[in-house]
Amino acid sequence: MEAALDPIVRWMPPVLALGLSPLMLGIIHRTKALFGGRRGAPLFQVYYDLWKLVHKGAVYSRTTSWLFRAGPIIGLAAVLLCLFVVPMGGVPAPVAFTGDLILLVGLLGLMRFVTVLAALDTGSSFEGMGASREVQFAALAEPALLLILAGLARLTHHLSLSEIFDGLTAAHWSQLGPALALMMIALMVVVLAENCRIPVDDPATHLELTMIHEVMVLDHGGPDFAFIQYGAALKLWVLGILSVNLLLPAFPVNPWLGLLAGLGGLFGVAVLVGVVESTMARLRMLVVPQLLIGAGALAAVALIFLLK
Amino acid sequence: MSWLFAGLGCWVLGGLFSVGLSRRPRWVCWVSSVSVVTGAVLAAIPVVGVLMGGPVLQWRHGGSLPMGELALRLDALAAWFMVPLLLVSAMAAVYGAEYLKSSDRYCVGGAGFFFSLLVASMVGVILAADAVLFLIAWEIMSVSSFFLVTFEDDRESVCDAGWIYLVATHLGTGFLLAFFVLMGRETGTLDMQRWAELGVGDPRMAGVLFLLAVVGFGTKAGFMPFHIWLPEAHPAAPSHVSALMSGVMIKTGIYGLVRMMGVLGEPALWWGWTLVGVGLLSGVGGVLFALAQHDLKRLLAYSSVENVGLITMGLGFGLLGIASGNPVLGVLGFSGALAHVANHALFKGLLFLGAGSVVHATGTRFLDELGGLGKRMPWTAAVFVIGAASICGLPPLNGFLSELLLLLGAFRAVMAEPIGVVAAGILAVGSLALISGLSAATFTKAFGGIFLGEPRQPLPHPAHESAGAMRWPMGLLAAGCMAIGGMPFLMLAPLDRVLGSLSAPIEQGGISMVFEGWGQWLTLSALLLWGLAGLLAVARRGLLASKPVTEALTWDCGYARPTARMQYTASSFVQPLTDLFHPLLRARAQLERPEGLFPRRAAVATETPDLAHAELYKPVGERLVAHLGRLRWMQQGKVQVYVLYVALTMLILLLWKLH
Repeated sequence: MEAALDPIVRWMPPVLALGLSPLMLGIIHRTKALFGGRRGAPLFQVYYDLWKLVHKGAVYSRTTSWLFRAGPIIGLAAVLLCLFVVPMGGVPAPVAFTGDLILLVGLLGLMRFVTVLAALDTGSSFEGMGASREVQFAALAEPALLLILAGLARLTHHLSLSEIFDGLTAAHWSQLGPALALMMIALMVVVLAENCRIPVDDPATHLELTMIHEVMVLDHGGPDFAFIQYGAALKLWVLGILSVNLLLPAFPVNPWLGLLAGLGGLFGVAVLVGVVESTMARLRMLVVPQLLIGAGALAAVALIFLLK
Repeated sequence: MSWLFAGLGCWVLGGLFSVGLSRRPRWVCWVSSVSVVTGAVLAAIPVVGVLMGGPVLQWRHGGSLPMGELALRLDALAAWFMVPLLLVSAMAAVYGAEYLKSSDRYCVGGAGFFFSLLVASMVGVILAADAVLFLIAWEIMSVSSFFLVTFEDDRESVCDAGWIYLVATHLGTGFLLAFFVLMGRETGTLDMQRWAELGVGDPRMAGVLFLLAVVGFGTKAGFMPFHIWLPEAHPAAPSHVSALMSGVMIKTGIYGLVRMMGVLGEPALWWGWTLVGVGLLSGVGGVLFALAQHDLKRLLAYSSVENVGLITMGLGFGLLGIASGNPVLGVLGFSGALAHVANHALFKGLLFLGAGSVVHATGTRFLDELGGLGKRMPWTAAVFVIGAASICGLPPLNGFLSELLLLLGAFRAVMAEPIGVVAAGILAVGSLALISGLSAATFTKAFGGIFLGEPRQPLPHPAHESAGAMRWPMGLLAAGCMAIGGMPFLMLAPLDRVLGSLSAPIEQGGISMVFEGWGQWLTLSALLLWGLAGLLAVARRGLLASKPVTEALTWDCGYARPTARMQYTASSFVQPLTDLFHPLLRARAQLERPEGLFPRRAAVATETPDLAHAELYKPVGERLVAHLGRLRWMQQGKVQVYVLYVALTMLILLLWKLH
């Protein structure tokens, strides 16, 4: 890494995330439409939706308390903070310190915690059900994510996301390809599970009984719901970019080129999610734990492969 | 040192006055809380001094104990454990004065006396520099807490819990007695200060001593499978006593273990593995059983087992780091463990006091009978949610700081050599992640079940917010959680001095070596998080200013008449997870199925008995009692026969000695 990186470049990852994360959802929708033989909604539909939502009023349930209103705010603030520590395509994050990867996991945990509490605050059994599933699947997905990060830390001898992905080179892929590929598979499962996509959750389902994330936010409306939707897009971006960084080892050519490659990779992830959602059905709820435990086991196997 | 004695004097005087005034319970409450708080403030002066880098304080009184002497020592490690002890006992005393006001039918004077005695004896345990004094203080601590646990002595369940606690703690003390006797024989002295200089020469002997210490201190700390007294005693005790026992008293076990690790000489690698293994077992087992509980205080007790497990795992990594010549791992392991000792005291004290407020207000501890208290008890709900988020290790609260240190330790172990340390690291990373996910499930369940939604059933007396004397202690503890979460240097700078005094390979400055700038980034992230949340709140207010904001029913998919009974209960909330871990939890369900064409009633009840209690201690204990029953003929109930036994025993001993 060059010592003096242009500060403008350094702040590009969060700025790009703020601006372009809703586009990822648009790309997913478009891909699904393409597979379904439809024209689909415009690429920028999510932006229109957000715009519409922030200009609406709000309806709050009489059962709810201040926690219900705090949920979307703290959740969005937490995921916004994540943007400060995530590098992109070889460009380090604005802030990098020992243990920032654990802060990232902690912030995503905080986002989930407040969302779950806000859901329970409504007293609705549907939202309780969604919250119950969310905490269950998150508890099982977290070991996989942390084991992947631990493997990368061992590989690169660093404990900060920016340094880890800066230290990850093409040589690693050529020497330890199988281990990294296993990690990649495990990470993709985590990305899909954490972002409530098929095969774990179906964001397009219309039956409350089968939802996870969508049912937890049933009672939110107006600006609150806009915060939640935007937060979800940012979370997809944050976790997606980890997988892109894993796949695209740092190349020291030009940071702008790196950013472009990262962006391309993210849109690739969005297309991939769209393809997965178009080509397979979601798993039964009872099978999802097996998938997540499987991802954790894959990550552990990958880690053992790294031990030479 | 004189400040410390003034503090001790305050507690003793307060205790004596409590007994003297036992006819006037109101006065007892008042005297007891004032004396405990005053004593804590006085004793805090030298403690803070030592933690700020002051000299070690010592005091010695020539041979006035049989086989031992009165010797006290306040070094950085002792001071570290004193801080949560003084803070939580003062808060619990203030809270307890209000809490016990409505318990006139019980012996409030005795409770005041034993509370003061418990605080004084815990201070004695931490300061004792002599093995005999240590054991005496340890025993007073166990007995006084037994009397506090059995405060409501007209309830059978409370007395049973008290007995289990008394038996368990004395079994543990038995191991400690063996430890101290062997240690004394090995070194030829009972002066704990000299043990560190003399050391234990034989590594095999050191190993035996280490295991004795793990079992003896682990019983007090609540290591699995020696934890069975915790889920019995904590629910039985008054809540402020539970807060003190769970927040501080079980940590004396950790203190003893850390102290004794310092005198056993070079640690072996297997010591570290043992502690990591025990820690992970307690951590995962504790949080799983916590998840399955319906009783709030039982849930919190199991969660203490989990947190003690995390602390033990940290100590294990500390030992692994020293034994494998990896000081960074050593620093992270020990600092994570010690930081968690203090953090857990803050948030578990807070949560037990919160649980006390709920019990006080509603008369029940059962999650499925509660609900919707958040609106009636907004203050309690606000502090409880802070405690819950802290214990789940979420930023920007103090639980995250210790979780970060512990996880970094595990990551460092994964990055280290030899392969045995790496294996421990991989296990620990996976288990820590699982534990944090499961504790998030546990505490969203607990908080959601009690405070959110609608009340699930009408309660005997309508819930009310706690009185000021109960609210302020909780508020202060919650403020502590937020302050340490936002300003980690408050904790890390003194902790660094403690580590420096702990072990030779770890020098002062270790924390700043592995953790640049005393966690300044955590301060920044906490500020940013609060700032962003504030901005978003302002933004939302602005957006909604000119828009219609209305209130309505919760959306129930078109069903217009939802009732409170339709809510998801706490039990159903965790049912998928408890089912998944059924092989470990062995929950028993009693199901009454809906029968017939027009079913009128259906019911389900589950309970999760403690696995170790049901599968290990109960069968072993019953068999033991059956075998020992054969010796019952010796008990004739005649004094003459017993005198004969004494005479015979003395004769045998005499012969043995002459031989």
